[in-house]
Amino acid sequence: MTIDERQDQIIDDFAIFDDWMDKYEYIIQLGKELPIIDEKYKTEENIIKGCQSKVWLHADYKDGKLYFTADSDAIITKGLVSMVVQVLSEQTPQDIANADIYFINEIGLQNHLSPTRSNGLLAMLKQIKLYALAYQTQALKAS
Amino acid sequence: MSANTSFETGIQLDIQKIRADFPILQTQVYGKPLVYLDNAATTQKPKLVLDAIQDYYTQYNSNVHRGVHYLSQKATGAYEEARKKATAFINAKHAHEVIFTRGTTDGINLVASSFGRKFLKEGDSIVISAIEHHSNIVPWQMICEERGASIKVIPVNEKGELVLETLDELLDERVKLVALTYISNTLGTINPVKEVIARAHQQNIPVLVDAAQAAPHLPLDVQDLDVDFMALSAHKMYGPTGFGVLYGKEDWLNQMPPYQGGGDMIKSVSFQKTTYNVLPLKFEAGTPSIAEAIAFGAAIDYIQEIGISNIQETESQLYSYAVDALRTIDELRFIGEANNRAASISFLVGDAHPFDIGEILDKQGIAVRTGHHCTEPIMQYFKIPGTVRASIAMYNTPEEIDKLVVGVKKAITLLNG
Repeated sequence: MTIDERQDQIIDDFAIFDDWMDKYEYIIQLGKELPIIDEKYKTEENIIKGCQSKVWLHADYKDGKLYFTADSDAIITKGLVSMVVQVLSEQTPQDIANADIYFINEIGLQNHLSPTRSNGLLAMLKQIKLYALAYQTQALKAS
Repeated sequence: MSANTSFETGIQLDIQKIRADFPILQTQVYGKPLVYLDNAATTQKPKLVLDAIQDYYTQYNSNVHRGVHYLSQKATGAYEEARKKATAFINAKHAHEVIFTRGTTDGINLVASSFGRKFLKEGDSIVISAIEHHSNIVPWQMICEERGASIKVIPVNEKGELVLETLDELLDERVKLVALTYISNTLGTINPVKEVIARAHQQNIPVLVDAAQAAPHLPLDVQDLDVDFMALSAHKMYGPTGFGVLYGKEDWLNQMPPYQGGGDMIKSVSFQKTTYNVLPLKFEAGTPSIAEAIAFGAAIDYIQEIGISNIQETESQLYSYAVDALRTIDELRFIGEANNRAASISFLVGDAHPFDIGEILDKQGIAVRTGHHCTEPIMQYFKIPGTVRASIAMYNTPEEIDKLVVGVKKAITLLNG
């Protein structure tokens, strides 16, 4: 699935919820279900420090694709993070670097991305793009 | 569900009448009436303060202390009137001991920089407490680093109270100043500042009090406290942002060098020599925040009209009501349980991250603060990532506290579900 197809799928999933309680319940569930990072990667180095909660992000590069795992100490952030990982993991650096992330706005959680409330999410997206650009440059050099 | 209303609605204050003075309190968020419990961060503004800003810009906008024309004189009059109001509010001996600043942080930086440059030498130290706001830590660290001095910390106990037994030991002859908050913005602890000042003065050590959180909640009397420096912020007292007061005893202020250069702080300038202005202008470089000063004067009028002692008493009842109401939530634990507390209540719920609780409260229209509240050292002491903080003002009601309790319970259900 492409990045946009995955985003559209999440948007569809959220369309069935009418009120914020159900949306949050779903996000919290996503956060709880996914043990999304190997404990050994929860290092200072991998930490993206937001104002409110911590996010850890780890990247692996295999066969031309980037694989992300992540975690957060706050469950709502963790749920959001797991969606970001679902959308952007297993994609090529080029696709990630060019991706327009619109699903967060579409599912009505745009305030998570306002600068003061991003809680690492914005920083996480930025970090993911930076990884993508770094591997893209590497790949270009190799070719 | 909601805590019962055993609260004796303020015999002192008519809260509904006060609420009507604050236009923003009618706001709906996510279709629900706003419950604003983030007053330690900033308070809302009454119409009178908003009008003062509007009137200045529409009727007599002009620079102060310079012009001979009508508008300038009117602006200067209103600006200096605000200084008189602030002087009376804190019971300073002289109006020239009231320096206008950009806020508490600016006031503390002024003292750290100016007092520090004059009096701090290598090997000296500054004493602060473990529950200080970053604003009362970092400026001291900066000047200490510059001068080769160090910081010593009064520890706290698990209730969030200062361990005063250690004070006399800390106050040796190398200590040049004690800098202490009056009320903790995180824990609500009211520090025994008068006692600390008395003990520091026995060793001839001056004391700076950070009164940012105290000014809107209890009467301040700098002469009774015998405090040497005191900083406060207008925006936490129903006034405008970017404005505050630094009180300093005349004797100290006269000994200190200017903080910034330019504008009103100058008496005469030649390329060879500059003569500095007298107090308070010596510390007020550049064009000041004129509208803010005048609006701050209006905020002081508003508080004085209601009566700070009335505010203190009514808020104290609401505070007890809130603590009792929150105590009914089994999973909740307070962070900071000092015997003497006011304004801010910090808590955690089970092992939920404070952000998660704050986020779910927000969706119910309830504004609280989550995080470390710019007091990271005390978070490290309690070994927690942060707290949920509900902080009250005179316009808050028991019904709003009931909504907070219901909101927290809803958050618990959602997070545990």
